[in-house]
Amino acid sequence: MAKPQKSTEQVNTLNHFVKGALSNHQFFYILTTFLSLQLSGCSKTDNSTIRDNVLVYCSEASPQSFNPQLVTSGPTFDASSRQIYNRLIEFEIGKNNLEPSLATRWEVSDDGKSYTFHLRKGVTFHSTQGFEPSRAFNADDVLFSFQRQWKSNHPYHRVSPLSFRYFESMGLDRHIKNIIKVDDYTVKFELNSPQAPFLATLAMDFASILSEEYAQNLTELGKPEQIDNMPVGTGPFQLVRYQPDAFIRYKPHPSYWKGKEQLEGLVFAITPDPSLRFARLIAGECDIMAKPLPIQIEAAYNYPQLAKYSEPGSNVSYLAMNTRKKPFDNLNVRLAINHAIDKKAILKIVYDNNAEEAVNPIPPNVWSYDDSAKPLSHSYSKAKQLLIEAGYPDGFSMELWAMPVQRTYNPNAIKMAELIQQDLEKIGVKARIVSYEFGTFLEKVKDGEHHAALLGWVGDNGDPDNYMSSLLSCSASRSGNNGAYWCDAQFDSYIQKASTLSDIKERSKLYVKAQRRFNEQYPWVAIAHAKQFVLANKRVKNLKLTATDGMYFSGVYLQKQPAQIELLGSSSEDP
Amino acid sequence: MFLDISRLVGNFVVSFFVLTLFTFTLTQFFPDGTDFLFDPSKNTQLFPMASLTIERPEDNLLFEYIYYLNHILSGNFGFSSMRGTPIFEDFFIYFPATIELAAAALLFALLFGLPLGMYAAKRKNKWQDKLVMSGTLVGYSMPIFWWAMLLVLLFSLTLGITPVASRIGFEFDIPYQTGFLLIDTLISGQPFAYQAFLSALHHLILPAIVLGTVPLAVIARSTRSTMTDVLAKDYIRSAKARGISAVKILWKYALRNAMVPLITAMGLQISILLTGSLITETIFSWPGIGKWLLEAVYRRDFAVIHGGILAIASFIIIIHLLLEMLRLLIDPVARKN
Repeated sequence: MAKPQKSTEQVNTLNHFVKGALSNHQFFYILTTFLSLQLSGCSKTDNSTIRDNVLVYCSEASPQSFNPQLVTSGPTFDASSRQIYNRLIEFEIGKNNLEPSLATRWEVSDDGKSYTFHLRKGVTFHSTQGFEPSRAFNADDVLFSFQRQWKSNHPYHRVSPLSFRYFESMGLDRHIKNIIKVDDYTVKFELNSPQAPFLATLAMDFASILSEEYAQNLTELGKPEQIDNMPVGTGPFQLVRYQPDAFIRYKPHPSYWKGKEQLEGLVFAITPDPSLRFARLIAGECDIMAKPLPIQIEAAYNYPQLAKYSEPGSNVSYLAMNTRKKPFDNLNVRLAINHAIDKKAILKIVYDNNAEEAVNPIPPNVWSYDDSAKPLSHSYSKAKQLLIEAGYPDGFSMELWAMPVQRTYNPNAIKMAELIQQDLEKIGVKARIVSYEFGTFLEKVKDGEHHAALLGWVGDNGDPDNYMSSLLSCSASRSGNNGAYWCDAQFDSYIQKASTLSDIKERSKLYVKAQRRFNEQYPWVAIAHAKQFVLANKRVKNLKLTATDGMYFSGVYLQKQPAQIELLGSSSEDP
Repeated sequence: MFLDISRLVGNFVVSFFVLTLFTFTLTQFFPDGTDFLFDPSKNTQLFPMASLTIERPEDNLLFEYIYYLNHILSGNFGFSSMRGTPIFEDFFIYFPATIELAAAALLFALLFGLPLGMYAAKRKNKWQDKLVMSGTLVGYSMPIFWWAMLLVLLFSLTLGITPVASRIGFEFDIPYQTGFLLIDTLISGQPFAYQAFLSALHHLILPAIVLGTVPLAVIARSTRSTMTDVLAKDYIRSAKARGISAVKILWKYALRNAMVPLITAMGLQISILLTGSLITETIFSWPGIGKWLLEAVYRRDFAVIHGGILAIASFIIIIHLLLEMLRLLIDPVARKN
């Protein structure tokens, strides 16, 4: 960098330049000084005061929508429900227990079929450019938020081309009998049968509460679709600006019922490329980086300004075989593929051993995990034998779908697909790797267009039902969340029965049975349960990870630093 | 002069129609044809009648083309199939970012390319000339993404003097007005407007250098070759004989005549800048047309790809029209009538 006292000299040489003194030796000098002038002239701007209270989070993907009711993807929940909205009940951030949120207390009837919620008073919705709330949150908002998802004749049911996939895959469309507004601050849910996980279900992202008054306004304006794109919620942050594939900007909700956030701004810098995310984190452009690669977690030790956060994840990564399509309707074929895939190699290469091998559809940190299940042996000859028994001695061709983005449960699906492709090649199965942009990918899987797809799931309420109902039930195969399109009467009866019981021991027994059934039928190749990591600048304080992989920025604050961290620092000397 | 201009405009109209014919043919390969011209938000349960009032000619290709052209000319480029937003409006959100980057890159290329070329012409066949020629050849043939990564590694990650990516520091919230951040920051009226402006300028440097490298090399090389031609002309020799200073000869007599082929060369650079922006914008997370289109390709958002191609191609045609007009002004020989 040029020193400031050089500047007069630079002006002189520039004058020369303009006058046309293009003499030989001066030319390269001009060129180099001019370049350094350009670089140094605006390198260190004193904007530290503004930057000090703005948290920048380098996220991994654009949200599909700003309405958490419509989607199942983590980046969308991070951008919507976890900052903008509240639910009746919520998980305490960083822990797994439920705490009151928009509902201050609730009663469950003795038969377990009716839930009465008493709502919090004086909760205000966001005031945005297009909407000024005239009333506080009340029972109408709860009714609106659920009826929109539940009733197919609700005016807002078909406003979005996306469907209420989560609501349906949780079976709520069948379980709910009635939602009654008792008075302005009391709502009663009546169910067809007792549902043990119901309270935990209401704490999930899709159960966020939207404003009924806002919807009314939009109907009058004739712009109902804005409810999903220009969100109005009760949460800690409100949306200011969104530029797809670039950034999302939030400001704190000034009259948030828990008190205004300390941060003055929150920005999601959408950066799908993990190397760029890491570069931005090192350069201080981001404070928090989503989903670091295993190699970057190692490299982070070289940067004293970075802190590492990790949690044993509650997730599962799997290869779903579309049991509706030939040849995956054949059990022997599914079993053969289970034998052929070398999971140990995947754990080493894709996860850098930051994951556990999966056997069951649920991770070991979810209760009712079946410890007796043992992984299948990895054997090409056995797999080949099974294929011959199944009537495919020469193998077959298939499409292997892999998502292009990095997920908590799968840091590199394409790489995983390549390893699987090589394994399958050895038993004569030719797999062609297919990939789409993440949103498109999910929609196409939901339409059942794939043969086999690498998918994954991050549990969002710590209940085994959240995995097994959401991913493997018959109702999930109808809603499209069951990527294997596997509908097994026996398995379904176990999980159906378990969900109606309230005794956790009884439920556990049934879920263990369900897992054993899963391990007789092999609709998936269960691959791994990944540990989850986040890298952050040390100036970020009070950041908590959840086992459910959500990013919650409520309560996070930034420590003011007297001087910027020197990027070159003494990094190389550190261990 | 009038006839010349009307000839140019006529050319423009013809090229535009050929372009729409081409893009219309493209739409015939889309899964849903020209359906993307409908506003999806009008197709909801709340407005069941709205979708019925628009009729699309089904079987007749000619009528469908006229219908298509009608939409395009009235500024409806259809709606994104992923986001449901109007593409024509989206285009103007992303386009200024690309123009800002391309303009900075072109400025960089001209600022260094022209003097370099002139210098090389003046020192023809000397070592300085050879150095410039081989240097520009390297610049011309270097893969742009590799060059970008090299610069990021050096200036952003090692020296820490330039930002890694994006258009402006995230602490600044600049409302969209003109879409040109250098202007928007200054007219935003916010207390930190000047800092925001500097931040935007600071973010512009590396991408502009990366994108401007190939045009710089091309401009330097073509300046050199036209300049050597011009410098060998008789009138330059007689100017020298009259004792006019070398500087005046170079800038006043030689440059103007050398500019004519240069303007044509620069016109060709516009499309190189726009295609180069595809890569540059992706590397620097620059929210412009290039990144927008690339994301659309990845999402299989045919409507956006179609709209983007049409808009960019129209833009290039318009630029060429303007450059031709500029040439008419500079070069008396080009004025036939």
